[in-house]
Amino acid sequence: MTLVKTKYNRRSFLKVSAASGGGMMLGFSWLASCNPTKEQALSMPESWFDINAFIKIGENGLVTIFSPNPEIGQNIKTSMPMVVAEELDVAWKNVIVEQAALDTHKYERQIAGGSQSIRRGWQGLRMAGATARHMLMEAAANEWKVTVSSLSTNEGIIKHDESNRTMSYGQMAATASTLEVPENIELKDPKDFKIIGQPTKNVDGEKIISGAPLFGLDFKREGMKISMIEHSPAFGMKLKGFNEEVIKSMPGISDVLVVNTAPKEAAWSNVNAFTEVIAIVGNTTWQVMKAKKALIVEWEWDSPAEDSQDHEFKLAQSLQTGVKELARKDGNAEEAFKKAHNVIEKTYSAPFLAHNTMEPMNFFADVSKAKAELIGPIQTPEAMGKSISNLLDIPIENVTVMLTRMGGGFGRRLYGNFGLEAATISYNTGKPIKLIYTREDDMTQGVYRPAYKVKYRAALDEKNELIGFSIHGTGIHGSPVFENRFPAGAVPNYLAEKMSIDSNISTGAWRAPRSNFIAGAEQSFLDEVAEAAGKDPIDFRLELFDRAIKNPIGTDNDYDPQRYAGVLELVRDKSNWGVKTEGVYRGVSAYFCHNTYVAQVLDMVLINGKHKIKKVWCAIDCGIVINPEGAINQAEGGIIDGIGHAMYSNLTFDKGSPIQKNFDTYSMIRHHQAPSEIEVFFVDNGIDPTGLGEPTLPPISGALANAIYQASGQRLYKQPFIQQDIKLG
Amino acid sequence: MAKFNININGTTKKIDADPDTPVLWVLRDHLDLVGTKYGCGIAQCGACTVHLNGSAIRSCSVAISTVGDQKITTIEGISKSSEKLENIVKEAWLTHDVAQCGYCQSGQIMNATALLKINPNPSDTDIDRAMTGNICRCGTYTRIKTAIKTAAAQLT
Ligand code: FES
Ligand code: FES
Repeated sequence: MTLVKTKYNRRSFLKVSAASGGGMMLGFSWLASCNPTKEQALSMPESWFDINAFIKIGENGLVTIFSPNPEIGQNIKTSMPMVVAEELDVAWKNVIVEQAALDTHKYERQIAGGSQSIRRGWQGLRMAGATARHMLMEAAANEWKVTVSSLSTNEGIIKHDESNRTMSYGQMAATASTLEVPENIELKDPKDFKIIGQPTKNVDGEKIISGAPLFGLDFKREGMKISMIEHSPAFGMKLKGFNEEVIKSMPGISDVLVVNTAPKEAAWSNVNAFTEVIAIVGNTTWQVMKAKKALIVEWEWDSPAEDSQDHEFKLAQSLQTGVKELARKDGNAEEAFKKAHNVIEKTYSAPFLAHNTMEPMNFFADVSKAKAELIGPIQTPEAMGKSISNLLDIPIENVTVMLTRMGGGFGRRLYGNFGLEAATISYNTGKPIKLIYTREDDMTQGVYRPAYKVKYRAALDEKNELIGFSIHGTGIHGSPVFENRFPAGAVPNYLAEKMSIDSNISTGAWRAPRSNFIAGAEQSFLDEVAEAAGKDPIDFRLELFDRAIKNPIGTDNDYDPQRYAGVLELVRDKSNWGVKTEGVYRGVSAYFCHNTYVAQVLDMVLINGKHKIKKVWCAIDCGIVINPEGAINQAEGGIIDGIGHAMYSNLTFDKGSPIQKNFDTYSMIRHHQAPSEIEVFFVDNGIDPTGLGEPTLPPISGALANAIYQASGQRLYKQPFIQQDIKLG
Repeated sequence: MAKFNININGTTKKIDADPDTPVLWVLRDHLDLVGTKYGCGIAQCGACTVHLNGSAIRSCSVAISTVGDQKITTIEGISKSSEKLENIVKEAWLTHDVAQCGYCQSGQIMNATALLKINPNPSDTDIDRAMTGNICRCGTYTRIKTAIKTAAAQLT
């Protein structure tokens, strides 16, 4: 039994009121933690007391849960309400989930990113559901003049067992809304969960497949104009002049202007290489697109043009001679390399990547000097609102940012520069507009996954024991190295060093930042070291985990070796690892990031000399699985996305310009390149849930490279793999 | 601007648009049928797939002036359809809970429906070949294939 507090220092996480139209309304803080750790309790953020989500229990017994969280495809609009419904004890079929009328004043903690939503929301959601249930029971107890403890509930019905009387939540809702919120509340024992753990369909499934207007790009308001921008074709260039008069006179065009969105105050969410852009406003999308095509623009250089060869050279140089930041040192790695019987050294690299959400960036804005109304897909509405307030000098109270469903995020929609552009265009023209990026604008705008390079070294002694390990990693605008991740903690002599290089190409978070590259590099390297040590790759890893369990080196190790080993053992057993099948080439990989452990085995076959991924086996430890249906879908998505980007995708530069501008030249994984089958297994351990939007992506590139090695005898050090001239069979 | 009478989802609509306007933007801007999505504008991603006389086309790359009296069907039309095939496909998509962000799905469904119309019992290779033009960044490909197979099983 877990008891949680609904109040802290006399301030409450919950608020009850009568619902308009009858019934009870319980407001709660979506992302508060009602079981704060000591450190959290000391710094208890104000926002934990902001009431930002609601449960309404109608007199008809229907329960409406107003979910404030942005939905970017992680299915949290289904899984989070499931948690509330579980503790409330109502039938899922009587639950309606509504996207709350969102605005940044009420919903300060809205952010979807880092797979954090479920992890952060778990306790608060359970508390809210349990509290509402308790208050309904209390109302019934008063009515019947019995004790609360003599009552039980089942799917929205309160029962007094002794007298066999029953009453529905709906009947008690109005009365319950007049009661005090209890101070302590008991949560269910996870073994009694009835909704959590049941495969549950996406609540918006029906709307999605019928083409309902859910997305930002679908938003329309009477009198709204369409707008597009033209940013400079190369990083390092700025606007000099353009054929403004010609464009202005084109059919359907009402305004042509230059907008500047350079923020007055730096904010992490304001990544934008092109702060000065040309904006065109007109009646229809096609008219504006045509005007955009007719632009003749003069650009001038502002900073030096970069290209992919430069990057390659500079990254290699930075690994060799760049300024090093010592990130972690255990024992003496250099000494271990000197003493070693065998030293393995390999360098891995990966290119820039674009986000390529299928819905390009867009935003609606209706902005005047006094107020700003923004509507669209954004993962960080609060930050966008602040930046707009700053940029246009509009008091923050008068700025609203409302959310639509998002056609993918993957980190791109953490950076709201398109919202700033939309707001500025509307402000300057005095018209409500919807800004739309073309795919080309979207792919060339520059919030990229940066290019990386990492060098690993491993020292084996004469008994083939790993005695030394080092990692040196560099990247554009930052190193990909996580110094405290595995195998740190399992090797007596360990060294991690970070370097980075500068660039005028802007970069940002991309699905599982840094892990998306480093996991595959590390797992390919370990495969090679295991081979050099003459060990099975799974046994080799398990030996290392065993060391970290029994005799951990250092104190900052960022993982639990027991859980790590657990997923690896699970995937080993499920995939029958060790049993060889003729013509099937297998690779294994395991990684821990975003609080979730993942291990994967990838089976490759050759069909007419071409590779085909026959099956991916994936074991996951993400604690309690709230919605297996959604969780498996997320896991599959991460795997396919991870295979696609490691294998095919590549963004390169020539004279400052991205060479790939649309899907004719930028390769995305396609249907026939996806695995024929993916099977997902979860570790059942009752631990609080962690996220799934990201963790299955990083390791899969390692399993893929290791399987290709089995099929071809070639180790792959450079992404995208497809460009490495692999000779299969 | 020019006037067109076009046959959309079984009804005739009057449109006033530039003759070179792609069907995609006529649907989205002139007719408020926004289920058909923009993804690339160059016939490379499949998000804009609709049916022209029952066959899948990329509406971003077909000018309204070339449509004449051919029948256009969009996802909105499919979703209201009482035909067996359309309903089986929709059901299969829901059964397998295919969508993640959902943005690419109307194009995927339009393409899958067109495939099943001409080939009610497609092999894996048939499915791959027919669907390869539809990108999904969320990675729902394996589910889409399972959904198509489930639908096919009910058709034959
Ligand atoms: S928008 Fe037509 S195929 Fe991409
Ligand atoms: S479901 Fe998101 S792009 Fe396909």
